[in-house]
Amino acid sequence: MEKTLYTVTVFTENIVGLLNQITIIFTRRHINIESLTVSQSSLPGIHKFTITAETDEDMIRKVVRQIEKRIDVLKAYYLTDDEVIYQEVALYKIPSDSLLDNPEIENLVRKYNARILEVNRSYAVIELTGHTEDTQELFNELSKFRVLQFVRSGRIAITKSTVERLSDFLAEMETRNIPSPCKK
Amino acid sequence: MKDKMMNGAEALMCSLIEENVNTIFGYPGGQIIIVFDALYMYKDSFQYILTRHEQGATHAAEGYARVSGETGVVIVTSGPGATNIITGVADAMLDSTPLVVITGQVGSTQLGSDAFQETDVVGITQPITKWSYQVRKASEMPWAVARAFYIARQGRPGPVVLDITKDAQSEMMEFSYKKCHFIRSYQPYPTLQPESVASAAKLINNAERPFALIGQGVLLGHAEEELKAFLIKADIPAGSTLLGLSAMPSDFPLNKGLLGMHGNIGPNIKTAECDVLIAIGMRFDDRVTGDLNKYAKQAKVIHFDIDPSEIDKNVKTTIAVLADVKQSLPAVTALLELNIHTEWIRSFDECEKEELQRVILPEIKPEAGSITMGEVVHKVSEAIGHDAVLVTDVGQNQWMAARYFKFKHSRSVITSGGLGTMGFGLPASIGAALGAPERRICLFCGDGGIQMTIQELGTIMEYKIPVKIIVLNNNYLGMVRQWQELFFRERYSSTPMMNPDFSKIADAYGIASRKIVKREDLDQAIEEMLKNNDSYLLEVEVEENGMVYPMIPAGKSVEQIILGD
Repeated sequence: MEKTLYTVTVFTENIVGLLNQITIIFTRRHINIESLTVSQSSLPGIHKFTITAETDEDMIRKVVRQIEKRIDVLKAYYLTDDEVIYQEVALYKIPSDSLLDNPEIENLVRKYNARILEVNRSYAVIELTGHTEDTQELFNELSKFRVLQFVRSGRIAITKSTVERLSDFLAEMETRNIPSPCKK
Repeated sequence: MKDKMMNGAEALMCSLIEENVNTIFGYPGGQIIIVFDALYMYKDSFQYILTRHEQGATHAAEGYARVSGETGVVIVTSGPGATNIITGVADAMLDSTPLVVITGQVGSTQLGSDAFQETDVVGITQPITKWSYQVRKASEMPWAVARAFYIARQGRPGPVVLDITKDAQSEMMEFSYKKCHFIRSYQPYPTLQPESVASAAKLINNAERPFALIGQGVLLGHAEEELKAFLIKADIPAGSTLLGLSAMPSDFPLNKGLLGMHGNIGPNIKTAECDVLIAIGMRFDDRVTGDLNKYAKQAKVIHFDIDPSEIDKNVKTTIAVLADVKQSLPAVTALLELNIHTEWIRSFDECEKEELQRVILPEIKPEAGSITMGEVVHKVSEAIGHDAVLVTDVGQNQWMAARYFKFKHSRSVITSGGLGTMGFGLPASIGAALGAPERRICLFCGDGGIQMTIQELGTIMEYKIPVKIIVLNNNYLGMVRQWQELFFRERYSSTPMMNPDFSKIADAYGIASRKIVKREDLDQAIEEMLKNNDSYLLEVEVEENGMVYPMIPAGKSVEQIILGD
């Protein structure tokens, strides 16, 4: 099957050790995690993982089901690029000299809509948000002059659909919060 | 018990009482000593079994859980105590056995310092448990224990590990207990979808050659009667997985036998001929399916399961019926039309006849030569009226027992299916005996497997556990030897085994025993064993080159079945 870059979003309780539980599911199937970001979600007490990985649909479906099987995971989804709006942040550190000596750098900052975060006697830090291709392109351009450091964040993504699917899930689960018919 | 001041260790005991625990398997040590001190205080509340090794404690707890349907409880210390439980926990995970395993841990201020007997138990056990959690405060104890029991038992059962730091054991707290009935992130019982019920029923109603695969889910869901009603109404023949054995009595007319690598010919061949394959609480293990590219390709597949991650994992389904089978089977049965598939069911007879002549009779009623493994199993099963709990180790003994032991009652088979853990049998039989004191327990093991956990004879001695231990001794690691004979040009690498005198070992533990070499002594020896009300070890010298047939080689399909005649 064809390999695609999938964005996996996982909503979890805020419990120590969940990152390990989730990543080993990828590792065990020899799937490389391309990027990973963890943050609080819009819902209080619930954390959101955004993971990207390249694999086929059959495998990503199995992976997502295995993730959802973990007790403290509320819900997990996999999405393709056309289903999400996504962004990454990149930071570039360049020598101040090259910024001062090369007006092309200022043009690049304007062209890419990047920002200069800091300039001091020894270096300048440029920031760009965008897709991987954009931030990579700017890196390639800046490399012509010299880049001291370069770092790119993991992907963050939100779905294009208007409903927050997790809210529905939570509402449904709360209706179940009545003593269950325990077998024993 | 409300709002009483106590330390965390005592709170653990009180929590276990709240969960109706009455049997605990374990082994003490430095970092769990406070819990064992509390156990001393509460010794009248529990039957405590000191096994001779922590692995034995986990397998015993598995045997206990499998036979009784209760959650098995284990308490061990940190470090080596905790790493010794790994095999049992992994075994319980693969075979969906509910366990709560409590491990001691160094004090919370020492965590991460490579303190004496510190291991990252949560890190190690996360991939092989349903839930693994470190309790660092006494005040968390009731919450963690309540959650552990809920998770272990509800939905698809499995093992839970609670790692309790030493300070959480000693800290004082105010005890109050609330059972767990709900975790918002965990849905143990998927909501049965009426559409899937209707489409499953429709597919079954239109089937000409339906065939059902019965797994342990039926036993775990206590749905034996619901299964019978389902099969009878639509007249569906069924095969059983290794762990599904005894969900249907052996003599139930629609029970067509065992599935998989060493299963019966009929159910395996018919899997490749049926038009609708109905999997009930089973997970299409590769030992059942063989080559997935050739498995039941002609059939539409209906999969009844409680675990959404099992759907389409190995075999693509036409219809998934997600729910507890206790609920989904009657729902589908209600929509089934009375049906008759006489000709289809009769077509199994030919396979049965062929297998009887070519495989079964030579194995269970050999006319000359050494005693065979199947012969011993058959004779014991007959002598006990097909009414015992069968416990097996792993390997040839396991498959011979699964093939030739017969069952009348549910929950009568305790074996390590998914992990295939040699050494499982002896400790599991202890747990089975304690979990079903009213039943007779027959353990079949090989000369290899019994020696992996043979120290548990000490547990049998100390607690007077009345298990019948049958050692099928061929002086080989027989199953590996079988593969070497068939697929590795008879190069018997590391499989011949020099064995001790098992009777002398049994004798040292005060366990009655006998060794049988000649066929003519076998019946009388079995009778003597069964008459004995205590534990008994019967060693039978069986043929060295015995083979388990039929065999579908690993990764092959039913067309490549080997009958060995």
